[in-house]
Amino acid sequence: MASTQHEHHDLHDTHDVHYNLDERFEFSSKIKKDVFTILGIGIVLFVIGLILSMIGGGHHHASIENADNLVVSINGGHEVNPVQNEQGAGHGSHHGAIGWLQRLYANLWLNNVFFTGISLIGIFFFAIQYVASAGWSAGIIRVIISLSRFLPYMAVMMLGVFLLAHHDLFHWTHHYLYEKFLADGVTPNPEYDPIINGKKGFLNIPFFLFRMIVFFGIWLFFAYVFRSESAKEDLENGSTVRYRRLVRFSAFFIVFFAISSAISAWDWVMSIDTHWYSTMFGWYVFASWFVTGVALITMLIIHLKEWGYLQFVNEAHLHDLGKFVFGFSIFWTYIWFSQFLLIYYANIPEETVYFFERLSRDQYAPLFFLNIFLNFVFPFLGLMTRDSKRKMRILKIVCTIVIIGHWLDFYLMITPGTLKDAGNLGLLEIGLAMIYLGAFLYVVFQGLQKLPLIPKNHPMLEESLHHH
Amino acid sequence: MEKNRHFLVGIFNDEDILIDAVKKIRAKGITIHEVYTPYPVHHLEDHLGYKRSWMPKAAFMFGLTGTICAIVMQTYMLGIDWPMIIGGKSYIAIPDFVPVSFEMTVLFASFGMAFTFFFVRNLLPHRVPIIFDRRASDDKHVMAIDLAANSFSESEIRKVLQEVQAEEIYRKDLTEEELKGNFITYLVDLFTNGVTSSSRKLN
Repeated sequence: MASTQHEHHDLHDTHDVHYNLDERFEFSSKIKKDVFTILGIGIVLFVIGLILSMIGGGHHHASIENADNLVVSINGGHEVNPVQNEQGAGHGSHHGAIGWLQRLYANLWLNNVFFTGISLIGIFFFAIQYVASAGWSAGIIRVIISLSRFLPYMAVMMLGVFLLAHHDLFHWTHHYLYEKFLADGVTPNPEYDPIINGKKGFLNIPFFLFRMIVFFGIWLFFAYVFRSESAKEDLENGSTVRYRRLVRFSAFFIVFFAISSAISAWDWVMSIDTHWYSTMFGWYVFASWFVTGVALITMLIIHLKEWGYLQFVNEAHLHDLGKFVFGFSIFWTYIWFSQFLLIYYANIPEETVYFFERLSRDQYAPLFFLNIFLNFVFPFLGLMTRDSKRKMRILKIVCTIVIIGHWLDFYLMITPGTLKDAGNLGLLEIGLAMIYLGAFLYVVFQGLQKLPLIPKNHPMLEESLHHH
Repeated sequence: MEKNRHFLVGIFNDEDILIDAVKKIRAKGITIHEVYTPYPVHHLEDHLGYKRSWMPKAAFMFGLTGTICAIVMQTYMLGIDWPMIIGGKSYIAIPDFVPVSFEMTVLFASFGMAFTFFFVRNLLPHRVPIIFDRRASDDKHVMAIDLAANSFSESEIRKVLQEVQAEEIYRKDLTEEELKGNFITYLVDLFTNGVTSSSRKLN
């Protein structure tokens, strides 16, 4: 009798395991300590970096002034009259804040763009799961959407940093670029830039702010709807109303995201190099965001499992997440290389300037190649085999590298255009990125506490629990 | 030719019953020749005790061969044999080589894998693979047990199959050639008897 019972149990071993579907994440003091450690190290590094940058600021200042004079003399080509000289000096004072303050602004902007993207990918990846009727991810969907908790803070930061520092970050915000004549109305303005003037219809501060506010508003609306519908689903057993509503909203979100993510990429990143443009840039930024977002989701899930939550997560779930990181690393490389190859091959100066700025400076050139190594070679070889995608240890290493690598990718998009020769990768950069990461984790973990970790009434939850 | 290979074929209707059956039969020490299913049944290969395939490693090696061939070919052609300036780039311009190297990697890997698979599975032109029961490509799972590979008698195995809820059990005898015919025999047969006789009928 006993043996038959045992046999019966053995036959159904994969079906009889019960998971606690009501489990809630607790942001325990132990986890808080880890997050505060990241935050603390970040603050210490940041302060040291800032002080070092302030002490060494004079040097940068001088070099930029030289660069400015150089630009003036090249632009003029002819005799530089006193008015122009004064003008030049005036603009020099615009850039005069360079040194540490502009470096700080550029880094704030870089981390804003990077972490806004990660938060957005939380919403986007969530929406994809619903539109694709994905069953495997049903149990981890709350972790995915939790990334969006950081988006409101990023909205404030984005707006704040732009209003505070747009002259230091975006060349096109200077009004003198659009004036054909100087104040006297006769003398041609040497700073007048017909190319930038041609982009005036799109690149002007009111419209830029309008886009930013509308995009953030709509993204936050969708994030709120997704979270609240998912929460309401917990209370309605046996109903698919919420699920179907989420599918509909997800479809709308994906369409809106396709447009808004590309335009944000032009606005926030590509317009820094105002003269330059690339039709692939929207995809390039999206690919970078996406792979970072999925790598971060993978890291969160692995850590949650290690802390004793989400016990249903098995090798198959990790394998799927690993496939996303692997596949989209290659996708990123494809986009990156397509953009590079066309510009390299056509060899038109107005296009090659983007890569010239990065490859001709000693501080960026090694990072440029390191970028490809970290974001392509490493995940490509590291996650190539089936077994490596199923092992937590290897996934943790590769995802960490991928997240760092794509931060570096955004560094290479933003810093050379804003700081030019003065750009640097030092304690300030590392410290500020760690502060953002710490804040991000704090907000995400706080958000994870608010709902049960597993959406117990998700119609496809069973498939996720028995995913293999 | 003498039909000296004897099999017991069990037909299963449901994949869960099939997996339970595989576990139970193997637990009793019976060797299963092969299981044919209309669609991939997850983890069936684990329960059958199959080792991981070496095919992915072969794919990697084929791909690597393609990459190396492409780089060597382009370097030799454009850099050494007939140096030519194209678009103002240097003779050996690595970025230019990337698309071709990528394509050749994919080409070598895919062709290499296709031919390796055909070779390993003995799927050569005009050969019909051994089919125990045609319903394996429709709605039934088919399990074949080689009587020669087991020390149990036919009736004992039949009893076990009944116990694990096989909905139909029958014996099937095949010739050695049908089971593992090789390409040379096939060619000889083709030339001596023509197409109609050498292409085995589906049964």
